[in-house]
Amino acid sequence: MAPTVTPPGTYAGVANVLAVLVLLSEFAMLRAALLRAQMRLYAAQSLLVSVLAAVVAWGRDVPELYVLAALSLALKVVVVPWVVMRQLRQTRTEIAGSGVLGVASEVLVAVVVAVLAFFATSRFHIASPALPTTALGLAVAVIAVSFVLMIVRRDVVSQAVGFFSLENGVSLASLVVAAGLPLILEVAFLFDLLVAVVVFGVLMRVHHRRARSLSTEHLTKLRG
Amino acid sequence: MNVVLVLLTTVPLLGAAVALLGHQRATETVTALLGAGSFGLAIVLMPHVSHGALQFGFLRADAVSVVFLLGTTFLYAAASIYAIGYLRSDPENTDPSGYSRRFYLGLNLFAWSMMCAPLVDGLALLWVAVEITTVVSALLVAADRTDSAAEASWKYVLLASAGLGLGLLATIVMYYAGSTTLGQSFDLAFGPLLKAGHALPHTAVQLAFVLSIVGFGTKVGLFPVHTWLPDAHSEAPTPVSALLSGSLLAVSFYAILRYYQVAVGTLGPRFSGTVMLVFGVLSLLLAALYLIEQRNVKRLLAYSSVEHMGILAIGVSFGAPIAMAGVLLHVIAHAAAKGNAFFGAGVLVRKYGTKDIAAIRSGLDVLPWTAPLFLFGILALSAFPPFGIFRSEFQIVAGGLGSGTHLPAVVLVGLVTLAFFGLSIATTRMVYTPGGGQALLRGEPSGWMVAPMVAGILVLLLLGIHPPEALAALLHQGALELGGAS
Repeated sequence: MAPTVTPPGTYAGVANVLAVLVLLSEFAMLRAALLRAQMRLYAAQSLLVSVLAAVVAWGRDVPELYVLAALSLALKVVVVPWVVMRQLRQTRTEIAGSGVLGVASEVLVAVVVAVLAFFATSRFHIASPALPTTALGLAVAVIAVSFVLMIVRRDVVSQAVGFFSLENGVSLASLVVAAGLPLILEVAFLFDLLVAVVVFGVLMRVHHRRARSLSTEHLTKLRG
Repeated sequence: MNVVLVLLTTVPLLGAAVALLGHQRATETVTALLGAGSFGLAIVLMPHVSHGALQFGFLRADAVSVVFLLGTTFLYAAASIYAIGYLRSDPENTDPSGYSRRFYLGLNLFAWSMMCAPLVDGLALLWVAVEITTVVSALLVAADRTDSAAEASWKYVLLASAGLGLGLLATIVMYYAGSTTLGQSFDLAFGPLLKAGHALPHTAVQLAFVLSIVGFGTKVGLFPVHTWLPDAHSEAPTPVSALLSGSLLAVSFYAILRYYQVAVGTLGPRFSGTVMLVFGVLSLLLAALYLIEQRNVKRLLAYSSVEHMGILAIGVSFGAPIAMAGVLLHVIAHAAAKGNAFFGAGVLVRKYGTKDIAAIRSGLDVLPWTAPLFLFGILALSAFPPFGIFRSEFQIVAGGLGSGTHLPAVVLVGLVTLAFFGLSIATTRMVYTPGGGQALLRGEPSGWMVAPMVAGILVLLLLGIHPPEALAALLHQGALELGGAS
């Protein structure tokens, strides 16, 4: 592929920095030991995605994206963390269970997966008028690392946060390739996420009541 | 006909509202009536879509969607009648009114979301509907509040949601593909997307199609993302297991079919067919192997669902019109047969108090109605004539041989036979082998649990011996739509 020679402008620079920060917050989640910190990182990541939506709205003059940014700010930065934090307070657990691997190996695995995802995406040559294509690669890397998070962590909160941040990765991708997606559909996606969060919350509580812990280590009864 | 579309996508909500009020008798009656009514409405819709799609606002019905609607509404009706007996005969239920309230609320919402999925217009709304089916059914899986149910529901909600995350990515990539040719006002509606055909960018459509198979395939139960399926099916209350297996998997498969339609229009049948074939054969192989040494009767049926979803995927990969018609018929027949099998297994489990196949013996002596009906259900699932699945699998194999894909067709027949051994060995043991020493009283737990099985067998016989004209026309039109001539 022929590299474009023009240096990135302010808009592309800001957008890429934000996208990189989203990926970094995903890595931070991977090594956060406190459940509370886990949730804070998720809120911060959602904030970054919301800001990026506002940046695209301003830079590419898509006024609907302001609404989307505001909605995602309200839902993903405030409501979702609040719902989960409340669940956590009831369970009186602070520390996430240890992962399957040590923190160092986890991060190493995640780095490999993220690099693979980033470069694989660039092979698809998907160009977009809204954001530089680099952001798409970063979004796919976020999704890949969120899968690592869900796989290696052994407590219900981290696994749920893994899924929520997976959705953040998809939101990031949708800013790149689907900035013009009708607002009503974006809103439908967001409310769907909210319903999913409530259900995750209920099932976390069911799990906690049955297992008396948030760990998933004992979920080994059903096999074969 | 617009009224019918609107009714179908709202009526089950009425059942949910009545369930909230908490009067058990009223809820039972209303839910059963709504189920039967929905099935009636789906039948009414049949002749109106046999020549083209109906469109009303953001609702859309064509032959393919009505096929899936028929399967779902039939099971909604059957499960809501079965549930009356299932809940009343539960000896371990300590809080009957609370349980029935939660159960019927969930059941109606679950049916509602599954009826919306094939009727909404556009891939985005389809994704929303499928995600709602996930969260509602995850709560239903946890309804029994046992340790295993909690474990199964957690695995299910996490895996299915992660899968649907990829499904959402597929939706967005497809939007990108569409917006490059159809402009920014494009909203992922099926009509324009299918018409655009060759003009769509190939790489993006390929990417979206593969993502959709992995994403929605998680909910279909395709290998290697099927692992939640046996857990959820075995731990859910039996009427829900039947709906999960017969309708939910099919509805998720419907989502893949829509992506398949677009992919065939853009890329031609070769790429999409190969991808479907690989996933289908692997799922079928895995299921056939797991069926042989299965000890839990509900897990046995769950693996049989993986098997049948594999058959559907292989059937689609053949691409021939007769195979496509076979696939669509298979969806309806599988809903009826799997419903029957789960209903029968539910009665056995209730009577013997265990899901362990080894502990269930001499069913024929204890359950004069259920045992033979269960046996017929399993034979129907194993594609015995004169039941509907025999006809559908025959068409699929004929389509495969006719279109020159001999090896996959032979593999299909071989693996289906292997699966038949697993299913039949376990079933004949439960039904015929004498002994067990249990002094169980001869008799059915509830007549309500037998009636839907009789209806299921009648439907299977009808589909196998002489499918009605209107259905044949519907399947023909559906095969045309899937073949790329919409």
